[in-house]
Amino acid sequence: MSVRHSLLALLSAGPTHGYGLKTEFEAATGDVWPLNVGQVYTTLGRLERDGLVTAGADADGQKVYEITDAGRDELGRWFETPVPREVIPRQELAIKLVFAMRSGVADVAAVVQRQRVATVRALQDVTRLKAAAESAGDMAWLLMLDALVFQAEAEARWLDMCEARLARENIAAGMARRHPENPAERAVERSS
Amino acid sequence: MVVLDIDGAGRVFGSGRLRVVALDDVSLWVSAGEFVAVMGPSGSGKSTLLRLAGGLDRPTSGRVLLAGRDLAVLDEAGLAEALRREIGFVFQEANLLASLTAAENVALALELDGVRPKAAIAGARGLLDSSGLAAVGDRFPGQLSGGEQQQVAIARAVAGGRSLLLADEPTGALDALTGESVMGLLRQRCATGCAVVLATHNVRHAAWADRVVFLNDGRLAGATGPAAGPEYLLGTGQAR
Repeated sequence: MSVRHSLLALLSAGPTHGYGLKTEFEAATGDVWPLNVGQVYTTLGRLERDGLVTAGADADGQKVYEITDAGRDELGRWFETPVPREVIPRQELAIKLVFAMRSGVADVAAVVQRQRVATVRALQDVTRLKAAAESAGDMAWLLMLDALVFQAEAEARWLDMCEARLARENIAAGMARRHPENPAERAVERSS
Repeated sequence: MVVLDIDGAGRVFGSGRLRVVALDDVSLWVSAGEFVAVMGPSGSGKSTLLRLAGGLDRPTSGRVLLAGRDLAVLDEAGLAEALRREIGFVFQEANLLASLTAAENVALALELDGVRPKAAIAGARGLLDSSGLAAVGDRFPGQLSGGEQQQVAIARAVAGGRSLLLADEPTGALDALTGESVMGLLRQRCATGCAVVLATHNVRHAAWADRVVFLNDGRLAGATGPAAGPEYLLGTGQAR
């Protein structure tokens, strides 16, 4: 998450205090990613150092930050550049399924089904929030919630795929037991 | 009030080597104003379940009760009457009559219930208005988008105050946003006390339901319980 560019985007609408930036950021993203105020000031310090913002003072002597032309250029570049995908996040769920398959101690189909129920339940909750956001006409929050919806959908569809693969594997294994093609296998089966 | 009570229902097709168990001891009840989604892979029994719920097919074991009445004890005329008065169907295709306007399509359902033509068309317009479809009333199905047709089909399915709406993949061919407005309309029908059962592959659409039940190989494979709420999702104090 680029706090740096988010702050530049907020400042492009006009000069603001550091604390105002924190609350505006959280309001815009529906409080999904809380920012601590220290992180805001550290980032503003770096932006000032790099000449992307300047710090002045308001009538009460409070520090006010303003975006510079270099800051606007940097923000423009951010919007023009797709988010890089070189990092594959470490997913606990994928790891859990891999080891459920390998370990032989877990009922993999049951693991998949329990996860599916949890994922769909989370999706139901986001969908409820969306219905509320829709009637409130809160567009930015709706975009955020859509992102959460599609992430959950991707997970649910991936679980469907895992289940279908497992089912196909089980059918193939069943067929092999019923129609052993190779005499060695047949011998093993008779002796077992 | 329980509108639909499926009690240990099973449906077996064929016999001997060709015997297929499409549904095996499935129990499900749906209350007035409740929205239930049924999910599962192809061949898991979703459509069979909906056909039993709608009286289009009979279970080979167990019972299906509509507003407390066992559908199996009704004669053919009684069954047809009960289904027409109580149940609305929505399928993947809207199946509107091409030679009638949207309002006339909805009014037809009311006229079949014995409502006089003038009152039926007024009722149909009222229903389209409340579904946000006032503008399409005088247009023919060929002049409507797929999403609008599907929304008119839903209005038609609930016309006459039917207590149960059964929808089998109603959003199949629609884009994401149009599919959502169809879900919004189903949700809206629940708010008026109608019970809704939706069979779908689409988990995003299933998530509009109060409860999602999963079918696998004709058996219930789980269900989502009551919603945990946004606090559970975003952490305490985070939700708006």
